[in-house]
Amino acid sequence: MSDQIAMTLAEARDAIRAKKISSKELTGAFVAAIEKARPLNAFITEAGEQAMLMADAADRRIAKGEVGALEGLPLAIKDLFCTKGVRTTAASKILGNFVPPYESTVTQNLWDAGAVMLGKTNLDEFAMGSSNETSAFGPVFNPWRANNSNANLVPGGSSGGSSAAVAADLCLAATGTDTGGSIRQPAAVTGRVGLKPTYGRCSRFGIVAFASSLDQAGPMTKTVRDAAIMLGTMASVDAKDSTSMDVPVPDYEKLLEGGIKGLKVGIPKEYRIDGVSAEINALWSKGAEWMKAQGAEIVEVSLPHTKYALPTYYIVAPAECSSNLARYDGVRFGHRASGARDITDLYEKSRGEGFGAEVQRRILIGTYVLSAGYYDAYYSRAQKLRTLIKRDFDQAFEKCDVLLTPTTPGPAFAVGAKTTDPLEMYLQDVFTVTVNLAGLPGISVPAGLTESCLPLGLQLIGKAFDEATLLRAAYAIETAADFKHSPAKWWNV
Amino acid sequence: MSVDKDTVRRIAKLARLAVPENRLEPMAGELNGIFQWVEMLGEVNVEGVPAMTSVVAQKLKWREDNVTDGGRADDLMINAPDGTDHFFVVPKVIE
Repeated sequence: MSDQIAMTLAEARDAIRAKKISSKELTGAFVAAIEKARPLNAFITEAGEQAMLMADAADRRIAKGEVGALEGLPLAIKDLFCTKGVRTTAASKILGNFVPPYESTVTQNLWDAGAVMLGKTNLDEFAMGSSNETSAFGPVFNPWRANNSNANLVPGGSSGGSSAAVAADLCLAATGTDTGGSIRQPAAVTGRVGLKPTYGRCSRFGIVAFASSLDQAGPMTKTVRDAAIMLGTMASVDAKDSTSMDVPVPDYEKLLEGGIKGLKVGIPKEYRIDGVSAEINALWSKGAEWMKAQGAEIVEVSLPHTKYALPTYYIVAPAECSSNLARYDGVRFGHRASGARDITDLYEKSRGEGFGAEVQRRILIGTYVLSAGYYDAYYSRAQKLRTLIKRDFDQAFEKCDVLLTPTTPGPAFAVGAKTTDPLEMYLQDVFTVTVNLAGLPGISVPAGLTESCLPLGLQLIGKAFDEATLLRAAYAIETAADFKHSPAKWWNV
Repeated sequence: MSVDKDTVRRIAKLARLAVPENRLEPMAGELNGIFQWVEMLGEVNVEGVPAMTSVVAQKLKWREDNVTDGGRADDLMINAPDGTDHFFVVPKVIE
């Protein structure tokens, strides 16, 4: 059974197509693994019964010769994607009992391709966090622990339940969303692959909104090939999201093995910053060597406004968050406070009770920077900075095809280590947030271990809508790194 | 500029967020820490730089002005914390 759940998505797909295993058999193995792994707290809602029904339906289709791209393959879904008839919480008390009467476009695409849903994974509340510690449903523990240590580490965030589920073999692959690094950072600290596509590549319809100009869905997988397979199904133009783009979706898997001979790889010099571990910088240099050895050309590039990206993000994202979260008022859905004197009291109490501390903080920041007298000094200036940050990338991409950077400033940290100072937590996204501000695709690939045997990732950044080149470059890194490590299954008691 | 307790009370009111009295002062401190850090954006010359309106080059889409969805009042009520028939129940809003 442990062999089955350890398969990659591509291996499982091929085994199902060759009728070496049924979807029910495979799904049953994952349902059992999820039950055993409850100490990780990776899932908010397990959907074992429904999963078995979906697997049975897939097996019937397979028997008839109707085989979709993901036929019978069990996946985990971040609990930010609305799933029809299955509770969707955004890890918030305010949505704690919300059962959507509709399905998000990305998940609908997955089910249309034959995939099976195992359950809904934990996350930071409304995807606001970098450690999965702001969830109203409790923290998720990283399947990885440092050598000779029993201390629980964070799985990254905000897609921490998804990253933990992929790393612990609780699903073949998972969905995530990425507003400032929420796919790539958790993938990096759990030793797996995370891809944030170009803004507009996947529909945002039915994904609980955080910051609409930055949010993008993407896959979290065991391998780069699996990410290519998942993206091919997740991506689509959608009449229900006017920002989804009508651009062709190539067969990413087919384009993976083209090699990187002659590919120009940019190294942005501004990403050499203080406070980054020596191990990360050494790995970054190694990554460049790996690519060079496969025929790529390494070029130094400059992204001069890099240091302004995080503060820009912490104006733009809270501003959009304060606007998006205005809908939670305790009237039409979600938590309602009892004993309200009047309608305003009802709004204020329901929101005060329903939102956790980090979400409240961001709503207040956003309200402040959008309020009369401060709009120009903060929001308007941040939107201009965003133009400059994107311009940096446009200029860099005149000299290169992809950029290579670290994904995170360090490995997974201990639960509780960064919860007292919000700024320290925000710094987790220092290498990833620029990509969201510029709308570009980025991918994190596991590339090595620290001295204490914790995984580290390297990030590649691509040109808009050129995920094919990005995946090809990521495949080259993956091949050279040959990262075959998995965490010890300490949670299986 | 610096955020004080009264400012937090004012923006919490704008955001329709009940922040308990004993949280106002600590929240002011947290917000100040963040705003002081954000101040570094002031050192960049942004004169003549257009504010970003769309991160990918894209024309806003148009479609025919047709009704494409609706008539699903039952669906809309299933998550209502308090409702009767097709009405949401709220505290009295008119004296």
